[in-house]
Amino acid sequence: MRIVTEAARLLGADRLIRVRSAHIDGCLYHGDGGVEFAERLVQEGGKVKVPTTLNVGALDLLHPGRVRGDAHRLEMSRRLMDAYLALGCSPTWTCAPYQSGHRPAVGEQVAWGESNAVAFANSVLGARTNRYGDFLDIACALVGRAPHVGLHLDRARHATVVVDTSGLSERLRDLDAFYPVLGSWLGRAVGDRVAVIDGLPLGTSEDRLKALGAAAASTGAVALFHVAGVTPEAPTLEAALGGRPPAEVIPLTPADVRATLATLSTSSDGAIEAVALGSPHFSRDEFRRLHGLARGRTFFVPFYVCTGREVLEAVAAEGLVDDLEAAGVTVVADTCVIVAPILPRDGGTLMTNSGKFAHYTPGTTGYGVVYGSLEECVESGAAGRVVRLPDTWS
Amino acid sequence: MSGTGAPIATGRVLLSGTGRGPLLRLQAPISFWGGVDAATGAVCDPRHPDHGRSLTGSVAWIESTIGSSSSSSVLLELLRLGLGPAALLLGRADPILSLGAVVAVELGYAGIPVVELPAGVPARVPDGTLVEVGSDGALHLVIAGA
Repeated sequence: MRIVTEAARLLGADRLIRVRSAHIDGCLYHGDGGVEFAERLVQEGGKVKVPTTLNVGALDLLHPGRVRGDAHRLEMSRRLMDAYLALGCSPTWTCAPYQSGHRPAVGEQVAWGESNAVAFANSVLGARTNRYGDFLDIACALVGRAPHVGLHLDRARHATVVVDTSGLSERLRDLDAFYPVLGSWLGRAVGDRVAVIDGLPLGTSEDRLKALGAAAASTGAVALFHVAGVTPEAPTLEAALGGRPPAEVIPLTPADVRATLATLSTSSDGAIEAVALGSPHFSRDEFRRLHGLARGRTFFVPFYVCTGREVLEAVAAEGLVDDLEAAGVTVVADTCVIVAPILPRDGGTLMTNSGKFAHYTPGTTGYGVVYGSLEECVESGAAGRVVRLPDTWS
Repeated sequence: MSGTGAPIATGRVLLSGTGRGPLLRLQAPISFWGGVDAATGAVCDPRHPDHGRSLTGSVAWIESTIGSSSSSSVLLELLRLGLGPAALLLGRADPILSLGAVVAVELGYAGIPVVELPAGVPARVPDGTLVEVGSDGALHLVIAGA
């Protein structure tokens, strides 16, 4: 409780409110300090008061040996994960809890961590959370309360910025590979402000919104965004703005898209040493699309797909995993390639269709990164070098 | 003995304490997780304009924080290893990063002051200048031999 009240003071919250669920990112190993903190909570008899799911750990418990690393790191990673289970959290081990059964309702007050999950819960589900970092996330879950401030309140959830995408071709706006670029641009353009994006296709899929939010929460501190006509709090542009005029209208131009696309890659198109998909964790639909594209192909470079164990179980039952593994795919569960040492040690260039992998790979793994569409990742994984499909970016 | 001159700027105390070190003003937003190496304290994101610079022992001025909610864990680890900044000046109160310092004190590591200093406060002081953050949230020049 001390931590929650301290955070409340820090944030200038007048009181605490009840939360109905929590999602914890603090179970990922970054050093022994985090383990000491979690084990102290266990010794004090801590038990979460609300249903609480866990983000990725630093181990793949389903594929022992997938994660390299020295004995101390492996042991402490496991002790940290065990401590959070002892506190009563459920072993979901995924950064996409919303695609593994944890879907709060519109308006439901929750305390979620992990920047992509926060953006999804607020924006796509219409639930209400702030960006709860490691330590504050579990503290809120243990007391079942959170500081009554920020996005828990109506007034902070209205958009103050309009992003107008009408200057882009219909075709580009209906391209999967556009959404991580849009998100990467949004994070830099708005920082932590709430924007409503106007002009996207009405049927924009959940996986596209997932990709958008994850990228925006990497290059910026976006916790909530609206998409006019698509997300629950934006049936219309005016509704998302709360009936007030926007403080700023930003037209998104083809030049902005090209400039952002260039920032997503740190290596030029050439040989690649790995492909990585699944940040946030791959969904069933994404697995099915990959399965279709990978038919009859063989991957000559390590080709990682990171996902949650619940999704993995489901797609394995559909026979997709056997086919993909036969093509040379390495499935990673419970963790991912930028939070645990999994990629081949000798480094090189990694290709991805994830805006979040593109943002964090260089700083966390030492690999250079090249961004491309899912189709380009499949072609390139089979060729061992970047293959560009001409009509991707027109 | 060195004293301190008139305050250069005064901010809102988020976590009280004193911290002295060379001023390091980050030129772009940063996420401690993915941006600062938890084992060395150096900026490890090659896209960041301050890539390679070390925050260890500095009075770090960060106008805005972005990205990962695990940044609090990276700060906690740095403080545990004694590789953390001497003080944090934040353009806006950041509950993620600040919690790293809160928990450090809970676990008995050396805590650091965290002060909210409005973004754009003109830095009349070049990077590297020895400064001190007082428990009142004021930023002073350290004047050697005064």
